[in-house]
Amino acid sequence: MSHANLEKMVREALYAIAPDLEGEPIDPALRYRDQFEFDSMDFLHFVMELHRLTGVEIPEGDYAQVETLAGAVAYLTDRSAPGSPH
Amino acid sequence: MSEFRMPSLGADMDAATLVEWIKRPGDPVQRGDAVAAVETQKGVIEIEAYESGVLDDIRVQVGQRVPVGTVLARIRTDDQAPAAPPQKHVSAAGAVAPSPPIAAGPPAPLPAPVQAATPRITPAARQRAQALGFDAAVVPPGPGGVVGLREVEAAQAASVGYAATPPPPSRPAAPGRKPGLDLDEMRAAIAAAMARSWREIPHYFVSSTLDLTPLLTWLEQENARRSVSARLHYAAPLIKAGALALKAVPVLNGHYGEHGFEPASRVNLGIAVAMRGGGLIAPAILDADTLKLAEVMDRLNDLVARVRGGRLRSSEMTAATATLSNLGEDTADTLQPVIYPPQVAIVGCGRIAERAWAHAGTVSARRTMTVTVGGDHRVSDGRSAAKFLNRLDALLRQPEQL
Repeated sequence: MSHANLEKMVREALYAIAPDLEGEPIDPALRYRDQFEFDSMDFLHFVMELHRLTGVEIPEGDYAQVETLAGAVAYLTDRSAPGSPH
Repeated sequence: MSEFRMPSLGADMDAATLVEWIKRPGDPVQRGDAVAAVETQKGVIEIEAYESGVLDDIRVQVGQRVPVGTVLARIRTDDQAPAAPPQKHVSAAGAVAPSPPIAAGPPAPLPAPVQAATPRITPAARQRAQALGFDAAVVPPGPGGVVGLREVEAAQAASVGYAATPPPPSRPAAPGRKPGLDLDEMRAAIAAAMARSWREIPHYFVSSTLDLTPLLTWLEQENARRSVSARLHYAAPLIKAGALALKAVPVLNGHYGEHGFEPASRVNLGIAVAMRGGGLIAPAILDADTLKLAEVMDRLNDLVARVRGGRLRSSEMTAATATLSNLGEDTADTLQPVIYPPQVAIVGCGRIAERAWAHAGTVSARRTMTVTVGGDHRVSDGRSAAKFLNRLDALLRQPEQL
């Protein structure tokens, strides 16, 4: 999947669990928690939604890698690259 | 024939605006069905029927703001149907909600529909601007023609030329649009409920610091095995254990009304959920003590999703028999919570923090949480709260049995 598509999907996951943020610009390098008052429950819901959209299983140990928009896109790019288990 | 009335959805509510008839006249309704939706200070809430029958004789139209207790419609019941007193719930809640109409103001006039024209304003930005006392429409848009949180905050920081405008009256919902939460109104609602609580309830506070290491270790092992969609957040075992401990200490679970304390037979645990931008709502997970951990998690997921972007139901807003407030990570160590009347106890959880922990003659690093019970001295004493905390501690040490 292309970088642009993955980014679109991450945004979709964010807006799905926080509909009031729909259309908010997202700083790709800043943690959602620092931008949008996300708590760990919001974050779990975000990971669940990302899983639903992409099928990628994100273990708890990897949560820190998807805490930003850029991080999540990079993480998903690795996981959905040809030859990867996903 | 029974009357379908505007219920009191909390000690702080005196009126609400009807925004949707979910059922139409002639539609059959079952007890528990959502019949209408109303806009309150806490957002849009679906009101459920307390009796089965056929909806008939709608008396209040969409857009009308009416006081608690107003007959909204009638429900035609068939003769065999046991006539459960329909107002029971309403009067029970209403009887203990004499709070004066704070900031009621004039009835909200029907405002012009919000313009969808450029610039685009995100709902979060609109709310933040409103909370700050100005209209997001006057804020210069950022890149892409969007007024977002950043633009609103920049405008606030610059503080030039944005004369504070009075907050607009609450807007009735246009079909298909989730109305923005009015944070000023929500703050007024919280103020009314908490002022009443502090005035009327002689609070006491009792705290213990609990070692959550066994729970968190168990959760990490469980979650490593589980697919993302089935993962557990530590709030789920906290809720389940809290509900079980409340069941064991009945003087903390129930309501204080005209006739004093009425213990509750069920444990409906209100869960304080913070709103982005400020304010909170505490809808209940019904019978939380009887649910499996996975069910608690499902309810919690659903509840949080509906607080964020959907609708809560009237039963969730009125049924809580006690409340749990979890401050969460990156916050602070101790929360001394204020009781939500007519309840008689509230449990406040601080953040999980690693601390030096002395046990059996040795010191080790453990992950701990300080839990504080706010209790009502008209009903219970510190000893009851201590019993609750010890029970909670014991339950959380054996998470696999929850």
